Amino acid sequence: APDPAITELQPWRNQLGDGVDARPYGVPSKYASEAVRRDVPWLTADPISSVNFTPLHELDGIITPNGLCFERHHGGVADVDPAEYRLMINGLVDKEIVFTLEDLMRYPRENHVYFLECAANSGMEWAGAQLNGCQFTHGMIHNVMYTGIPLRLLLEEAGVQAGGKWLLAEGADASAMTRSIPMEKALDDCLVAFKMNGEALRPEQGYPVRLVVPGWEGNMWIKWLRRLEVGDEPWHHREETSKYTDLLANGQARRFTWEMDAKSVITSPSPQAPITHGKGWTVVTGIAWSGRGTIPRVDVTLDGGKNWHQARMSGPSFNKSVHRFYYEFEWDGSPLLLQSRAHDSTGYVQPTKNELRAIRGENSIYHNNGIQTWYVNENGEAENVEIS
Amino acid sequence: VRAAYAEEVKAQAAADAEAAAALAAQMEAAGHAPSIEGGYGLGRPALTEEVAAWNTDIRPDGMGLPEGSGDVWTGEEVFVEKCAMCHGDFGEAVGRWPVLAGGQGTLENEDPVKTIGSYWPYLSTVYDYVNRAMPFGDASTLTPDEVYAITAYLLYLNNEVEDDFTLSSDNFTEVRLPNEENFFMDDRMDTEFPVFIRADICMENCKDEVEITMHASVLDVTPEEEGASEEDALNEEAATTTEESTTEVAAQETTEEAPAEEPAVEMAAFDPELAAAGERVFGKCRACHKVGDGARNGTGPQLNGIVGRGIGALEDFRYSDVFQEAHANGETWDEERLGAFLANPRDAMPRTRMSFAGLRDQGDIDAVIDYLKSVDQ
Repeated sequence: APDPAITELQPWRNQLGDGVDARPYGVPSKYASEAVRRDVPWLTADPISSVNFTPLHELDGIITPNGLCFERHHGGVADVDPAEYRLMINGLVDKEIVFTLEDLMRYPRENHVYFLECAANSGMEWAGAQLNGCQFTHGMIHNVMYTGIPLRLLLEEAGVQAGGKWLLAEGADASAMTRSIPMEKALDDCLVAFKMNGEALRPEQGYPVRLVVPGWEGNMWIKWLRRLEVGDEPWHHREETSKYTDLLANGQARRFTWEMDAKSVITSPSPQAPITHGKGWTVVTGIAWSGRGTIPRVDVTLDGGKNWHQARMSGPSFNKSVHRFYYEFEWDGSPLLLQSRAHDSTGYVQPTKNELRAIRGENSIYHNNGIQTWYVNENGEAENVEIS
Repeated sequence: VRAAYAEEVKAQAAADAEAAAALAAQMEAAGHAPSIEGGYGLGRPALTEEVAAWNTDIRPDGMGLPEGSGDVWTGEEVFVEKCAMCHGDFGEAVGRWPVLAGGQGTLENEDPVKTIGSYWPYLSTVYDYVNRAMPFGDASTLTPDEVYAITAYLLYLNNEVEDDFTLSSDNFTEVRLPNEENFFMDDRMDTEFPVFIRADICMENCKDEVEITMHASVLDVTPEEEGASEEDALNEEAATTTEESTTEVAAQETTEEAPAEEPAVEMAAFDPELAAAGERVFGKCRACHKVGDGARNGTGPQLNGIVGRGIGALEDFRYSDVFQEAHANGETWDEERLGAFLANPRDAMPRTRMSFAGLRDQGDIDAVIDYLKSVDQ
């Protein structure tokens, strides 16, 4: 029978739509309302010091829309008035300086696409498969284009003294978040950013100014940045001692595990994005990233690692950015065990979860970059599993 | 066809990677923001008072510690008043708030308990964090003596000092935490890179058998969609039900709607300016009490409609006995009662589990009550 979607007159073809004054700031189609951040209430005591997750299964390409970038706060979202915004540089510098937002806007800017991944991303999966959905297992990551000032220019303005080997970055929020950053990194590629994807930073991402620490764990990217102190030693503050240190099986703990190792995940099919079309041509897609460079290659397996296929990379390949991969195949309707395996530009190959556990045990919480497995059944429904 | 396609994909991938690397290098060189000798001359000198106001960070070597001191018993008083509502009187924690004491010897266990005594390497971190971020919801209000006292009490709770101990700027750096030696610099380059940088990658017939060893669905801890999908499910159900059961559903809906026919509670008038001031004061309560759309119970009950609400009226919150008794007597939170409770919770509701010490300023109390009235309107 002829398709009524073709043969009948649809209201949007027949009647006029909204005018240009209906939505001064656009919003997604009402039919795309599933693409939202979600949280896991049992994870934390309270939603103020908590996390929500990027809906990776709803996204494609490499850029995360600003409103879908995951949030992690330690004292809620600071509501900073830009007129009262100040950035101070103090400590072992020739000149202790205060900048207004207007001052900062007069420095030369750069544009870079970087991923930001929370060190705890996939942290719930150390002891085994827990959460059903890449949003929850891998959604503490986003990837946007930042516009900002090289941190180097501001440090040069203050004049770092010979003993100045470390930098303390501090936020203006209710937790006054702090992290120690080695001076080599600060002078290399860090940015003091005020735009994301072209528009002002969202409040939950640090409006008006945040630090960008490319490739390094997200907790160091201080939001609502208000102060940079130069010192001769690290500060060993709460977020680099009691948190964000990796406890190994022998009771010892790694500190200053800054770089995010190469990692990937298949975003579709996945538990929240099942195969609904039955047998035939099927698109497998996902993202891969490395805090140490680019991702020249991703392998995909359909049979739990018996056989691997090189995926097709698509989209620009930026340093320390998310990369998109695809693998298209004809599904015969039999169950699948899907995995992806990232290779980064240093030659590092993403390990299995068991390979990581053999070295670190199961208590690390942070830096779990092991290979993820999705089991897809005959109906196309997917589940988070672990395999031998 | 498949093999040819695979070859093509491989060749394309190699070419793409090469082109991308070249492009990246080119962009990097072209987009570099230039340095100027001596800087751009922007910004202004920071005044001494300004640096002093923000430069409060503390380091393990004692750098940044202010003059002051505090003993264990004073620390207990301050802790019970300002910290125990989340961390428990003895640092054992309420709900999922952080445990602060104990856990020694558990770091190699399946579930390690990481506390100041069992895990934190430096005491300076305790002082710094309490001073910058605590109390949760009322940050940066403690005096140096209070922070010294709280820190001393936390040492005592972790069996690191005796109960006659006084911590001060003079003896601070003499105190070492037991787990300091168990931290070491990131060694992934030495321990993991040699294993995970691989030249030969198996692509075909890499293993004989694959077994599923664990299913996430067994734990079943993934959050369910609340709003949309349940509504969809209901709609679907409604769409497929027979006429008879539809009537049933309709009857149920009528029953559920019945409470709306009760006399509407008259909305109390409030002063917007006072309410705005109250919102700031309410920051002290927010760690435990939520208000507004979708507010859920936390450590304390949600407070929507609290002015005029029955005492202990929420069915899904576990109240202490004194609240259950008041509920049984049909008592309500009028402004006077609420004001007395906010001024001195333990006098107004003896044996309440709420460990908040109360608001001293009557202006703050009035403001919070007006704020609570405003959130419902």
